[in-house]
Amino acid sequence: MRMRRRTIVTIMILSLLILSSLPAQVAIKGETVYTMSGAPITNGVVLIKGNKIERVGPASQVQIPNGYKILSGKVVTPGLVDAHSVVGLAGMLNQTHDQMQLEKSEPMQPELRAIDAYNAREALVEWLRNMGVTTLHTGHGPGALASGTTIVVKTVGGTINEALIDSGMVAFTLGESVSQNFRSPGTSAKSVAMIRTEFLKTQDYLKRKGNKDPEKRPAIDLKMEMLARVLSGQTKVLFTTQKATDIMSALRLAKEFGFKMVLDGAAEAYLVMEEIKKAGIPVILHPTMVRPGGDTRNVSMETAAALQKKGIPFAIQSGYEGYVPKTRLVLYEAAIAASNGLSFQEALASITIGAARIIGVDKRVGSLEPGKDGDVAVFDGDPFEYTSHVCGVIVNGQVVSEICR
Amino acid sequence: MHQRRLWTFLFLIIGTSLAFAQEVPQAFRGATVYPIDGEPIQDGTLIVQGGKVVALGKTGSVAVPSNAVIHDVKGKVLMPGLVDTHSHIGDGSGGDRSNALHPDVRILDAIDVRSKGFRKALAGGITTVNVMPGSGHLMSGQTAYLKIRPANTIYDMLFCSDPVNGICGGMKMANGTNSIGEKPFPGTRAKSAALVRQLFLKAQDYQAKVKAAAGNPDKMPKRELEMEALVQVLEGKRVVHHHTHRHDDIMTVLRLAKEFGFRVVLQHVSEAWKVAKEIAEAGVPASIILIDSPGGKLEATDIRNENGVELEKAGALVGFHTDDGITDSRLFLRMAALAVRAGMSRAKALEGMTIAGAKMLDLGNRVGSLAPGKDADFLVLSGDPFSVYTHVEQTWVEGNKMFDRGNPEDHEMAVGGYDVFRRSLYLDACEGGAE
Repeated sequence: MRMRRRTIVTIMILSLLILSSLPAQVAIKGETVYTMSGAPITNGVVLIKGNKIERVGPASQVQIPNGYKILSGKVVTPGLVDAHSVVGLAGMLNQTHDQMQLEKSEPMQPELRAIDAYNAREALVEWLRNMGVTTLHTGHGPGALASGTTIVVKTVGGTINEALIDSGMVAFTLGESVSQNFRSPGTSAKSVAMIRTEFLKTQDYLKRKGNKDPEKRPAIDLKMEMLARVLSGQTKVLFTTQKATDIMSALRLAKEFGFKMVLDGAAEAYLVMEEIKKAGIPVILHPTMVRPGGDTRNVSMETAAALQKKGIPFAIQSGYEGYVPKTRLVLYEAAIAASNGLSFQEALASITIGAARIIGVDKRVGSLEPGKDGDVAVFDGDPFEYTSHVCGVIVNGQVVSEICR
Repeated sequence: MHQRRLWTFLFLIIGTSLAFAQEVPQAFRGATVYPIDGEPIQDGTLIVQGGKVVALGKTGSVAVPSNAVIHDVKGKVLMPGLVDTHSHIGDGSGGDRSNALHPDVRILDAIDVRSKGFRKALAGGITTVNVMPGSGHLMSGQTAYLKIRPANTIYDMLFCSDPVNGICGGMKMANGTNSIGEKPFPGTRAKSAALVRQLFLKAQDYQAKVKAAAGNPDKMPKRELEMEALVQVLEGKRVVHHHTHRHDDIMTVLRLAKEFGFRVVLQHVSEAWKVAKEIAEAGVPASIILIDSPGGKLEATDIRNENGVELEKAGALVGFHTDDGITDSRLFLRMAALAVRAGMSRAKALEGMTIAGAKMLDLGNRVGSLAPGKDADFLVLSGDPFSVYTHVEQTWVEGNKMFDRGNPEDHEMAVGGYDVFRRSLYLDACEGGAE
């Protein structure tokens, strides 16, 4: 008798396991579906088969096949894309063991890899996922001249290998925070001089590396190798600068050494719009609600709208927080931008397709189109309204949350 | 640039005193009015005069004086000015870390009324604020209840009339990790409680001596500033505002309040959801804070946005605070909306932003609702108080317009921009020990 019950339970568990590992088939119905690849669809349906989007269209044209798990809500959007965070390297507890976003032994360590530090099981990753964030550009933080690399991950997976979708950029910073973290550089001018010196060294390293005589080639230097990738355009620089002076320095450095760059933070971007536009550089804008202090003392809630008006591609980020709250949520940040001059669709783009483009993963995520990853967020109202809830989150075709939060 | 602002400021003061002198009634007509102590009024009219609310009701049913200045606020929402029960604006600070307990220290001796923090608060609709010293001490000093009036000196902002011997604020206390440290600070939670108990026992002793003197100056004990302030606490005249996060620390506060019979408002109460029943049963009010994500502070990682609804269900009085610079005064209304998102009722969330906070500061008879005789502190909102798309368009304090989003300088104050705040408000607040 006892044996039989145990057998039944075992069979039940096994069949559950088999069922859950079957390719997911999910249909999401929305009163409004913002595909971000065309006009919003009224009474739309998104079909997901396996881990990819199968079809998107109005309910009148898209039949939901039998056996699909159905989720529905007032508003359906692509899974949210956070264009810049440190979550996964920075953890919820804010203790030494879970703060891996900034190595303070030297101001210039571009060779530090985010894949060697990302904790896929960090509680903040789960928290962001439950709030609709499905793609995260995270890694080494601002605060060093070059702090290391970043990565693009999905907010699922138990290991970095399961989470990783793209290699990211190298994080550079100019500003007061660098001088607070290191004895030298103590000034902005010294910071620029130090960065220039390292790039000149890299140019020399590359020259020596090209020597026909293998004996005369330099030993492999991880720092030089990473900077060489930057010089060759294989890896972009994510340049965190807040003040107009530092933004100008970043633009000057990019021109001098010909590297590809994304401006990050850019609190005073509104002062140098023309220069940013002319340089053709996209901006990953600071969180709209970032505290006005230090380098960000002149921050404005209307900068997103100003960038939009100027035609400069931009995304909104959750950024880095050293204390409380330990992370921000791009959904809330875009909401504030939407109430300060951005239209609803522009604000939504800044945390979906616009963000995906700037971090280079728009072929996979950021919009609801057949062939793209099955990443979807479901809301019970206007996503930006404080009183609406995120009621469903799907990542890679798997329903990861069905609780309204 | 700065000079221009100074002139604006002086002009504001002069202009305001003129308005006071004239005492012309003003009528705000056509808005949806949330009086807070009554049902919302569609198409309402609010009459104010002499800094007070004179009347309110349905448009047409309220007599508008013939000499009244009429403000058409059709389509807008009117509600009382917000009450922030815990803030660090004003660039002040309290205890100096020479000791863990400083009941004698008054923050009103250290506040800069010209701090941009006050203008930021007005931009967020805050008209009454409890400015506190930080949480780095078991007792960091006396707090100040302020009305954000046009001010040349701190006296222009106080509610009390006697800044030397009157009750001009509460008493800030803290437990948990913030007030733990090297000697003379306690090293553990139990030691924290012991130090507080020892001091209150001493105060009871002092109180007994004062009582025994029965007014006879020869028999009075020697004046001691620390003891005098604590006697005010023991007599229930000065309310304790107690920073506390963890469930066990919350219980410690309730135990101390019961032992010594002092009145207390719980501040932050991050784990209120675990002991909501105990808080409500003790009849102790709780002022909560909602933040954008959990984490960052180890003993507060279990904070929940559900604190509001759990305390409401348990029947406790619930207020809110910015703890500026932890959260931004300009976005204070957002906090109530996030509490609603987590299940709190709209009515209780609105009370929490206004009358509940006023009661926690013993100012419920002056501010926190719109009723005849109360201070004419109110907001003109562009829409629903809980919507992200709603802006505070105007903030009125005692019948004077103190913030107008339509004015370019005020607009800048609301959204930020180059050199708007001049000083680093967040860092200033942190030096004050914001938690």
